[in-house]
Amino acid sequence: MVPLSWYILLSAVMFSIGVFGFLSRRNLILIFLSLELMLNSVNISLVAFSHYLQSMRGQILVFFIITVAAAEAAIGLAILIAFYRNNPTIKVDEINLMKG
Amino acid sequence: MLKYILIPLLPLIAFIINILFGRNFIKDKAHWIAVPAVACSFILALSAFMNVASGNVININVYNWIVSGTFTVTIGFLIDQLTAIMLIVVTSISTLIFIYSIGYMHGDKGYYRFFSYLSLFVFSMLILVMANNFLLLYFGWEAVGLCSYFLIGFWYEKKSAANAGKKAFIVNRFGDFGFGLGVILVFLTYGSLEYTQVFSDAGSIAGQTINIFGSDVDLITLICLLLFCGAVGKSAQMPLHVWLPDAMEGPTPVSALIHAATMVTAGVFLVARCNPLFSLSHTAMNTVAIVGGVTSIFAASIGLVQNDIKRVIAYSTVSQLGYMFLALGVGAYSAGIFHLYTHAYFKALLFLGSGSVIHALGNEQNMQKMGGLKKYMPVTYAVFVIATLSITGIPGLSGFFSKDEILWRAYSSGELGKVLWLLGTIVALMTAFYSWRLIFLTFHGKFRGTHEQEHHLHESPKVITVPLMFLAFGAIFAGYAGIPPLILEHGDKIGEFLGPVLGHPHGEGSHLEEIMVMMTSVLVAVGGWYGAYIMYVKKPDMPLEAVSKFTPLYNLLFNKYYVDEIYDKVFVKPTLKMSDKVVLGFFDVKIIEGIVNGVPNLVGAFSKKFREIQTGMLSNYGLVMALGALCIIGYVIFLK
Repeated sequence: MVPLSWYILLSAVMFSIGVFGFLSRRNLILIFLSLELMLNSVNISLVAFSHYLQSMRGQILVFFIITVAAAEAAIGLAILIAFYRNNPTIKVDEINLMKG
Repeated sequence: MLKYILIPLLPLIAFIINILFGRNFIKDKAHWIAVPAVACSFILALSAFMNVASGNVININVYNWIVSGTFTVTIGFLIDQLTAIMLIVVTSISTLIFIYSIGYMHGDKGYYRFFSYLSLFVFSMLILVMANNFLLLYFGWEAVGLCSYFLIGFWYEKKSAANAGKKAFIVNRFGDFGFGLGVILVFLTYGSLEYTQVFSDAGSIAGQTINIFGSDVDLITLICLLLFCGAVGKSAQMPLHVWLPDAMEGPTPVSALIHAATMVTAGVFLVARCNPLFSLSHTAMNTVAIVGGVTSIFAASIGLVQNDIKRVIAYSTVSQLGYMFLALGVGAYSAGIFHLYTHAYFKALLFLGSGSVIHALGNEQNMQKMGGLKKYMPVTYAVFVIATLSITGIPGLSGFFSKDEILWRAYSSGELGKVLWLLGTIVALMTAFYSWRLIFLTFHGKFRGTHEQEHHLHESPKVITVPLMFLAFGAIFAGYAGIPPLILEHGDKIGEFLGPVLGHPHGEGSHLEEIMVMMTSVLVAVGGWYGAYIMYVKKPDMPLEAVSKFTPLYNLLFNKYYVDEIYDKVFVKPTLKMSDKVVLGFFDVKIIEGIVNGVPNLVGAFSKKFREIQTGMLSNYGLVMALGALCIIGYVIFLK
């Protein structure tokens, strides 16, 4: 039996890697991947708690998160492609149209 | 009751029709609406007069205008003896002048406008005299001022006319401000604005004082002086007389109707109407008398040397108004109203006569360029002579009766009265001199105008001369309403008629003194004529010699004692300067524009700094978000 803390630890490590990737990467695709990583780390902890507490609520929530993540990835990639057609770049430090 | 309400309503209806449909539909037929309206008003006024003469006093409330707590103001009409006389004066002269205007204003492009304003004026004036409370009186008072402004500036393309209109309006503001305060004070004191209530309670506040700026002032004196302020403005008394001579820029019928016969006498009417208040204050009465006396001699002396025919008559009007106030001030209210009534006829006649002259000469107003008009304009000349005989007080014409009544009442009213009588007699001398000077310069001698003008000289058409004849009739016979008891027992019909409202003046003096006063006034009238005759007919070089001999005096009089110049230096220039420097230069530019431009500038400056936070770098936003999340988590874990 794997104790709960291991799952939590895995989740925390994954989340931290996701945050780090989100902040340090310049490539938009990689930023998306980091985002997915963060979402899935949350999913792991939710499932772990769900099992630990013997309650289905956490797992139901996970389904929602997966759905939202899928939708978000689809929209995000669509925006990415639309943007790439106008500006042939996907490096975030070159995407600064919103600069005040 | 309806017929009394119709008296002011008919001119109002004429005004509304003419102003709405005049420009496009009625055009040069405007008189078909205006003249019948005032003529009907005149007939209704006559019937009201008959009713009053049979002993009734009409007091009707038509409509509750303002109801607020205990403060109630109605639109209501009071027709007593005083109002009845005023109604006759206003409507009869209006009717004649309306008819005269058909000829005088013929072909003017503002023809319909002229008749609509004139109708509005008659409406306002009738409201003024018929009101049964102070607020409605105030309404009429301001409305006649407004019409006066419209009509002085009737030819608004002419800058001098537009300026004269403004001057009249602004100068009247000063007087009306005092009048407004007076009305408020009447309400605060008596709790009502109705004449009947105020006048019946008048005596109840005798001796009360009111604290103003730390000093105690007699309440009733204060009320009277404030009301008198309005009268001074409207009736062009010193020191607010400056607007009336300039008002002559308006068309001549306006000068005759508004600035001689009716509106300017509103001040006299006001003081007479408020006689129960004025009689309680000795100070106020003396002020009225002195202002009147000083104004009359002041204006008469200016009239001696003016060359503009209408200005001479204008100064004569100011001077005669001073006479009326003199009479009111010595307590002879009915004598003042009597003079108002006779003066209306002969002064309207003088103005309309001068209008006829100006019309014939193609808008020439300078008497030095007239002369010898007698043979070209016999009717105008005849009525002019009648009016002049009347104003100078030659026995047998109206002016004599009213003028003599005033002088006698002044003489018999005590110490101050004697001085005022002396002033009045000197004024009578001056009046005779300048009135005859006007006639001699205009109608006698050789024509001094251009050849072309001489070619066009002609008597005015019937529509102009017939009203003149009617007025001449009034100028002769109006005075027979008040024959002094000395000549005919119970001859002073008008004094007895007005008695219930204005009371009977009481003076001391023997018959001998009365005869002496009368003789003196006749003597100065003839003396004035003789002086003018010598100077302007016998020895026409004499005026020039006199001018070169008394140059400083002549200049002083010719420039109207420099009052306009002084006002210009003391009031007008500093006001303009202050407006320019303080109001425009400081308040407008610095404060108003400072606020208007300052707020957006401030927001702009702030946002310029703050928007630099928006780097547009996705990772920066992410970092801030992560740090924020960390902070919240840290707070939840460690501090809670």
